[in-house]
Amino acid sequence: MFMKHGIVAGVALAVSLATPAMAKVEGDTIILGSSISLTGKYATNGLHTQRGYDYAVKVINEAGGVKVGGKSYKLDVKYYDDESTPARGAQLAERLIQQDGVEYMLGPYSSGMTKAIAPVSEKFGVPMVEAEGASRSLFTQGYKYLFAVLSTSEQYLATAIDFAAEKSSNPGDVRIALAFEGDPFSMDVRAGVMDKINEYGMKVVIDDQLPADLSDMSTTLTKVKALKPDALIISGHSKGAATAARQIDEMKVNVPMIALTHCEAAKVQEKFPKTANGFLCPTQWVETLSKSDPMFGSAADWNTGFKADNPTYTSVPYQSAQASAAVYVFKEAFEAANSFDKDAVRDAISKVEMETFYGDIKFSENGNNIAKPMFMRQIDGSGQYKLVEKAGDMVFPRNVAY
Amino acid sequence: MWDNLQLLFVWAPIINVQVILDGIFVGAVFALSAYGLALVWGVMNIKNLAQGDFVIMGGYMALALHQLHVPLVLILLIVMPLMFMFGWVIYVLMIRRIIDQDMFVSLLATFGLSLLLQQVMNLIFGPEVQTIDMELPVYDAFDNMVTVPSSKLITLGLAAVIATGVIIFMKRSRAGQAIRATAQDPRAARVLGIDIDRVYAFTFAFNAALCGAAGVLVSIIWVIQPFYGITYSVRSFAIVTAAGLGNLPAVIGAGFGIGLFEKYTGAILGTAYEVAAPVSILLLVLIWRQIQMRRNRQVVR
Repeated sequence: MFMKHGIVAGVALAVSLATPAMAKVEGDTIILGSSISLTGKYATNGLHTQRGYDYAVKVINEAGGVKVGGKSYKLDVKYYDDESTPARGAQLAERLIQQDGVEYMLGPYSSGMTKAIAPVSEKFGVPMVEAEGASRSLFTQGYKYLFAVLSTSEQYLATAIDFAAEKSSNPGDVRIALAFEGDPFSMDVRAGVMDKINEYGMKVVIDDQLPADLSDMSTTLTKVKALKPDALIISGHSKGAATAARQIDEMKVNVPMIALTHCEAAKVQEKFPKTANGFLCPTQWVETLSKSDPMFGSAADWNTGFKADNPTYTSVPYQSAQASAAVYVFKEAFEAANSFDKDAVRDAISKVEMETFYGDIKFSENGNNIAKPMFMRQIDGSGQYKLVEKAGDMVFPRNVAY
Repeated sequence: MWDNLQLLFVWAPIINVQVILDGIFVGAVFALSAYGLALVWGVMNIKNLAQGDFVIMGGYMALALHQLHVPLVLILLIVMPLMFMFGWVIYVLMIRRIIDQDMFVSLLATFGLSLLLQQVMNLIFGPEVQTIDMELPVYDAFDNMVTVPSSKLITLGLAAVIATGVIIFMKRSRAGQAIRATAQDPRAARVLGIDIDRVYAFTFAFNAALCGAAGVLVSIIWVIQPFYGITYSVRSFAIVTAAGLGNLPAVIGAGFGIGLFEKYTGAILGTAYEVAAPVSILLLVLIWRQIQMRRNRQVVR
């Protein structure tokens, strides 16, 4: 008897928790929830993200809000500080969903935090649009309610392979040299590059792994000089970029195309201005991008507006831009679904196909954005980063007089 | 691997020249820091795990001086005495207390010193990879297949000058003789009026100065980072194990040998295996020694 009562009580409790009194839409306001790092090691980037969310909410509300069923609703975000700890993030996500009744989530900052929170939103069937978790492993778990507007790490250098293919009359003849560190990030990047290489049927002539404490890659570069590949692709964080730039100069390596990650972080344009000329470097977003939408205008318009609202920024980090894009995705999804049912909204998100100031957005079955390429910038002779949107914009072959 | 072998020996044998040259440049720098280790090991039986961090420390001193536009030769003349003093201070504060302890104390203490140095360098200079760009010309030959930066040539020359200086110093000077005497038999040396404590302090400081010099060269031809010391420690240990203690020509030979072995491993198996090469040599030497000594080993019943 007691057991039976216990079960009944438990079920009743579970039901009451799962369908809380407070709704996700209060009056004419739609509440989005986010656990975000406002203190701890991710605090700086957490703040960039929060400001991006807030700016988008403000712009959308001023433009008339979200129209569902012929009525206009305002957006609002409920934040909790996850203190940059994954366990706390998961707790807070549960609290947002169970106690506060939030049914639409915006992502936290970083891949690690997203990994901690995604299982929670998945469990409760709450759609989450995230803007700051790039790890490929987030999208191999079969999550149905997780969507990311940013490009995943395997796309960092894949665009470079597209460019190499476009610049050649027969992509099958293109010969590529690869030098990647063995850490998870670089291996992700490499996986994306390899997919593209196989797609085009290109030849990999060098495939060297770089050591973790990399201070000398001259043997790899010696082989590059002997085999004369059409493109050299390198990823090894800042140390890889610095070592490569240094030794490419010293060994007079003349490859028509060189693409590598972490150019900005390693400041190659300042430290090795001569060699860095012509390097292709990936980034998630640039304010000079020629994409726009009716809500935020062009990339430059978003940039100006955001700066006007947050005057402390001299140059706006892409983290804020992608956060704004995530909010925009929700607006579009609500209007497309014309409903507040979370599964209807989830399905609408999965069908979203839009051009935004941040780039195109369209989600794969796994939830990652497959429409936005990683943007490539090329360092020019004066050390400036120039956006390369198509192969034609690129200085090719690299023009360096050693 | 097969492709790389073909490349080296069939398609473009000329790149062997590049690999050999790189091996020689690498070996020269390794030999410097390894000789310091051999000295300290042989004279006072301290196995200095902070050896590589001394090298990196010299590199950062050079970097700081270079930013003040000090010319290269002057950088060496400033860094070596500074590192000498630093070594002496470390001896007085730390090494003196662990000389008579067993091997594990010296390993633990110098490992602790290594961690401390890494973190201090990280605090002062930050974790970024840095390098000194001397902006010197690069020579090329064989249709640009072989390039030799003049910075590497200068480095090789400086290493040779320093090594010659050390050989003469150890053979001819009174201090050098005192060091060798102490290494052979500390008690006899003391009886004959040699101040052992001073000799130890001098040896350790001298080692630090040699590492500092190696560090200056490293910062000119490669890149430095606060946590890169360990690779130089490992290579020094491998060289000393292969060459034996207190034999400078053997250390130089082993330095070049390991440098070449490393570069060929890198060319054939890939750059990631370069650092593994000296460790595998270390292992082989130890196994070989073990087999050799088996003949002399006797069972005491």
